[in-house]
Amino acid sequence: MHLSSLNPASPEAASILDLWNVTMWICGSIMTIVTVALLYIVFRFRARSAAEPAQVAGNKRLEIAWTVVPLLLVLLLFVLSIRTTGAVFDHAQQIPDIIVTGHQWWWEIYYPAANAYAANEVHIPVGRDILVGVEAADVIHDFWTPQLGPKVDAIPGRRNLTWIRADQADTYRGFCAEFCGNQHAWMQFRVVAQDAGAYNGWVARQAQPAAPVSGKDDAALGSVLFRRRTCVNCHNISGYSSQQQYAPDLTHVASRKMLAGERLENTPKNLRDWLHDPNSIKPGCAMPNLKLSDEDLTQLTAYLETLK
Amino acid sequence: MAPAQEATRWLSWIGTVDHKRIGILYMLTTLFFFCLGGLEALLMRIQLSWPGNGFLGPQAYNQVFTMHGTTMIFLVVVPLLLGLANYLVPLMIGARDMALPRLNAFSYWVFLFGGILLYLSFMSGFAPDAGWFSYPPLSDRGFSTQHGVDYWALALLGIGVGTIGTAINLIVTILNLRAPGLTIRRLPLFVWMTLINSLLIIFAIPALNSALVMLLMDRQLNSHFFTNLGGGSPVLWQHFFWSFGHPEVYIMVLPAFGIISEVIPVFSRKPIFGYAFVAASTVAIGILSLGVWAHHMFAVGLGKPWDFAFGASSLLIAVPTGVKVFNWIATMWGGSLRFTTSMLFAIAFLFSFTIGGLSGVTFAAWPLDLQTTDTYYVVAHMHYVLFGGTLFAVMAGLYYWFPKISGRLLSESLGRLNLALLFIGFHMTFFIQHFLGLDGMPRRVYTYPDLPGWKWMNLTSTIGAFIMGLSFLVLFWNVIVSRRSGKIAGDNPWDAWTLEWATSSPPPEHNFDAVPPVHGPRPLWDLAHPAGERA
Repeated sequence: MHLSSLNPASPEAASILDLWNVTMWICGSIMTIVTVALLYIVFRFRARSAAEPAQVAGNKRLEIAWTVVPLLLVLLLFVLSIRTTGAVFDHAQQIPDIIVTGHQWWWEIYYPAANAYAANEVHIPVGRDILVGVEAADVIHDFWTPQLGPKVDAIPGRRNLTWIRADQADTYRGFCAEFCGNQHAWMQFRVVAQDAGAYNGWVARQAQPAAPVSGKDDAALGSVLFRRRTCVNCHNISGYSSQQQYAPDLTHVASRKMLAGERLENTPKNLRDWLHDPNSIKPGCAMPNLKLSDEDLTQLTAYLETLK
Repeated sequence: MAPAQEATRWLSWIGTVDHKRIGILYMLTTLFFFCLGGLEALLMRIQLSWPGNGFLGPQAYNQVFTMHGTTMIFLVVVPLLLGLANYLVPLMIGARDMALPRLNAFSYWVFLFGGILLYLSFMSGFAPDAGWFSYPPLSDRGFSTQHGVDYWALALLGIGVGTIGTAINLIVTILNLRAPGLTIRRLPLFVWMTLINSLLIIFAIPALNSALVMLLMDRQLNSHFFTNLGGGSPVLWQHFFWSFGHPEVYIMVLPAFGIISEVIPVFSRKPIFGYAFVAASTVAIGILSLGVWAHHMFAVGLGKPWDFAFGASSLLIAVPTGVKVFNWIATMWGGSLRFTTSMLFAIAFLFSFTIGGLSGVTFAAWPLDLQTTDTYYVVAHMHYVLFGGTLFAVMAGLYYWFPKISGRLLSESLGRLNLALLFIGFHMTFFIQHFLGLDGMPRRVYTYPDLPGWKWMNLTSTIGAFIMGLSFLVLFWNVIVSRRSGKIAGDNPWDAWTLEWATSSPPPEHNFDAVPPVHGPRPLWDLAHPAGERA
């Protein structure tokens, strides 16, 4: 079984796995000794007569031995932990490549160098350490990609730094790991590791404003609805409407694989269902049911699907 | 019996200051809350049986898991162990009652009202839903707009006052009311651990109570202890909470160590191996437990000095805990083991608790904690400590002392069925959760994606939980039947050595007609073997 936190894709996660293996050997040996001793005792020292056994009350040497040996073992673990800490966290860079901000219940992803926003989908170049600044907009969240690096809390009012890295081009799961309210379960994200060319192309596209729509087709009518039906009060679409990141940035929403914190695959039908009644899909989420008519839904979906 | 007498009989339980009756009240109350907390656990497991289950919505699920944790910790484990200590400590030290009987009654009733207050929150329409740890800002008024968190804080304040009262009472009792000859170095280990435990309570609970008051002020009076506005900090709450919360873990575990240290020697027919080491390691655990709290906060990003210091102290505390396990095993070694249900539970404890203790070491090595914290791996770990550890020990204690309390023995055959079901159900429920956590399943989620393996692992866990539920039905049946028609126990059915077995079962209100002379840690053994065979 490939348990994801034990199946590292980065040197950081790999050095944690090394520490894990040593710890498992130590703990596993102790558990084996205890279990074998218990089984032996249970069979060997079963009461066979009513006579009382020899009344041994202790043995100082043994006591000292089984105090000192565990002491040495935890000392070893302490030293190894310090070494692992160095491997995971010691980097000179202080300026984050990506800033992720936890919101109830989605992740805002910001690329400062390109001034580009995304949501719930982090793209990174393969084979490079990426420094991530982790922040929170409301309550405490926790940014965790089991295969790529350790957890780090997202706490309002402070910025934590962590490193992630992927040595293989692939898609990796991410979770919010700190209880943050109703939809903590669906506050997931994905990390897409790409080779440098694809990655640069993706960032450049995310930095572009949305392509304008015009005419009288569904998409154009949908873009009008976007403003009229208050979507614009929370969502930003660069080049069309300007809003802060109160809700996931939609400038390139159609380019994403998933919707609603990995709750739904991003298909036109799912997008339409989501617009129809977000709370039936993700109960408690902040997006209200706007009571859109079938026609509204068709037009809004058509518009959002243009935002590649 | 005339109706008037019947009424007085019931009323006498309300007015009682007898430590034995108060102990029984504690145990019955915690049993009631245990049923509630257990049902909440089953609701959670039903919801998590398969991905996308719609049995409970997120709001209901969050209330249920918050209430499950709060109930099991504050209304079951801690008061159950205090109730047991209440019943047993005066008997074990040859005293007539607790030192402060009225404080004793007061502590119980405050605890009960705290518990009722917590459950009244359901009637307000909204139980607390911010977790048993209630981290701000989530627990602030801005994000928890209902009154659940207020009920939670007020209820815990009441319970905390009761707990501190009992702890003070136990300390005074143990220090002042010991029978002649029962020096500190001869105290039964259960009493030793209760003493250390009570001291821990006095250090730990006030930290929680002060933090609760601050949280209430933040919620009701717009203060800013835990919000960034006005210079507060949400991390401050975590320091306060865990500087209570980790000693609390040992408050829930030390008396269980005490039970095991009584049961294993008696059924091995040998004195405890290394009495002084077992007692001293308890003191070491007590002191160290006050300095390990930030290991709950490695992911907060406190910085290397914190991680190193609290990693070191947390690794260190594993040593005195390990020493105990080796001492219990050494006590059994060379003994003449009697496999009563009580002893079998003690052995089940040794096995299960060792797994929990060792998985605890994997958190103390802090880089590992950063992978495992807040996942199902933690859920598995803490249930191995509190369920496989404390609860199995309590079961050993229940089968051991029930005859003293009721005058009748519990059925051994039902007891074995109880043990088998509980042991299988427990490991089935929780062992598999280690793997779920390592595969990335976070805790406190009302549902989860359909990833490879997650479905069958969760379903297995749920089935295990129901097997445990069944085992408790067997236990309740055993208690009901044995209480009515079990074998008469006599004063000392196990041929045990501590003073509680030197009086009748159940003991008279004044406990002892005459306390036997005490010349060592095993007074009744010494009585039976006067020729200096004593250890």
